Amino acid sequence: MKAIKVLGSGCTKCNKTADSIKHIAEELGVEILVEKESDPQVMMSFGVMSTPAVVVDDKLVHSGSIPHRVDIEAWLKS
Amino acid sequence: MSPLALFGKLADLLVYDVLKLQPGTKLADALHFFIEDTTKIFVLLVVMIYVIALLRASLRVEKVRDFLVGKRRALGYALGSGFGAITPFCSCSSIPLFLGFTSAGIPVGITMAFLLTSPLINEVAVMLLLSLLGWQFTLLYVVVGMGVGILGGALLDMIRAERWLQPFAAKALQQARAQPQAQAQTLQLGETTAQRMTWSQRHSFAKDETLDILLRVWKWVFIGVGLGAGLHGYVPDGWLENNLGSGQWWTVPAAVLMGIPLYSNATGVIPVIESLLLKGLPVGTTLAFCMSTVAASFPEFILLKQVMQWRLLATVFGLLLLAFTLVGWIFNALNFSL
Repeated sequence: MKAIKVLGSGCTKCNKTADSIKHIAEELGVEILVEKESDPQVMMSFGVMSTPAVVVDDKLVHSGSIPHRVDIEAWLKS
Repeated sequence: MSPLALFGKLADLLVYDVLKLQPGTKLADALHFFIEDTTKIFVLLVVMIYVIALLRASLRVEKVRDFLVGKRRALGYALGSGFGAITPFCSCSSIPLFLGFTSAGIPVGITMAFLLTSPLINEVAVMLLLSLLGWQFTLLYVVVGMGVGILGGALLDMIRAERWLQPFAAKALQQARAQPQAQAQTLQLGETTAQRMTWSQRHSFAKDETLDILLRVWKWVFIGVGLGAGLHGYVPDGWLENNLGSGQWWTVPAAVLMGIPLYSNATGVIPVIESLLLKGLPVGTTLAFCMSTVAASFPEFILLKQVMQWRLLATVFGLLLLAFTLVGWIFNALNFSL
């Protein structure tokens, strides 16, 4: 199971990001655990400077926008 | 004929020819203003936001940070403010940006020069000013806005604002200053996201950005232009000039205070400002009101509490209000007209 963190201060873009990851995982039948993280210290530890950012299994894969569907699929399948 | 005059012609056609309204009546004036401004704003917004986004798609905050690290103070404030003006950046990322800059050892003043200028000079506000109030006012706005960012940043360093950061942020700043190696490490993290962009990636970024902004602002365009049109058509011409036109000193701080709760609705306020300026509101008062509306967003400010102590937060807010008021007074005193 993949552990996915969505980093952001709770803005609408962050919620949309988390929702679309959950949605696509369901479609693909991939089991994941999505967590929203708004602690600035955690963002700093990943070196994230623009949100929403996505961390998959403790590795930063994306930052600064709502990710596109192809990207999300790639993370889930890898 | 300037290409922007086309929108006036379109409004002429619709109001006088299609609807057959009598030129010079209140309703015709208001409707003409409304049609001309909404069509102009939407066309310009779509075209310009797309083009601007296309050009600056590859300018990422991580690159800006790497560039600002280790710059001398005076140059740093100017660069911080300049990048704040041109970097695509959502204010909801203020906190991670602040920490990213700080943990790379960039002085608080330079970081704040970026953060103060960034909302003030954003593409929507500048586009609206340019299309509705003309290039002179826009240039004045941009120059004064950057000035506020640069001087604000310098002043914050002068009073050693880093004393009033939240402890973990202050620690990150100290660590970065003490160990240049740790700094190099955080810089590398940022680089994973900074590859060269292809044109199709640029297009996709620009399309997302345009849609995002348009969805956010479209209703404010209608509301703002509606109010502006109402003012334009129905407030008698001499009224504003007789009451506020001589730029009494208290009108400036009053305008600044009025601007605060209108935050984030710059799109709605700028068409009203156009109308006010046409009705004879002095340029200084107008400029102060405009800046306070665009920059002083209370909810976004409160977010900075996560990295700043109350004392610093209040100082920054006070500084901004004072700066806008001074700007207003100075331009009124110069009896500046465009």
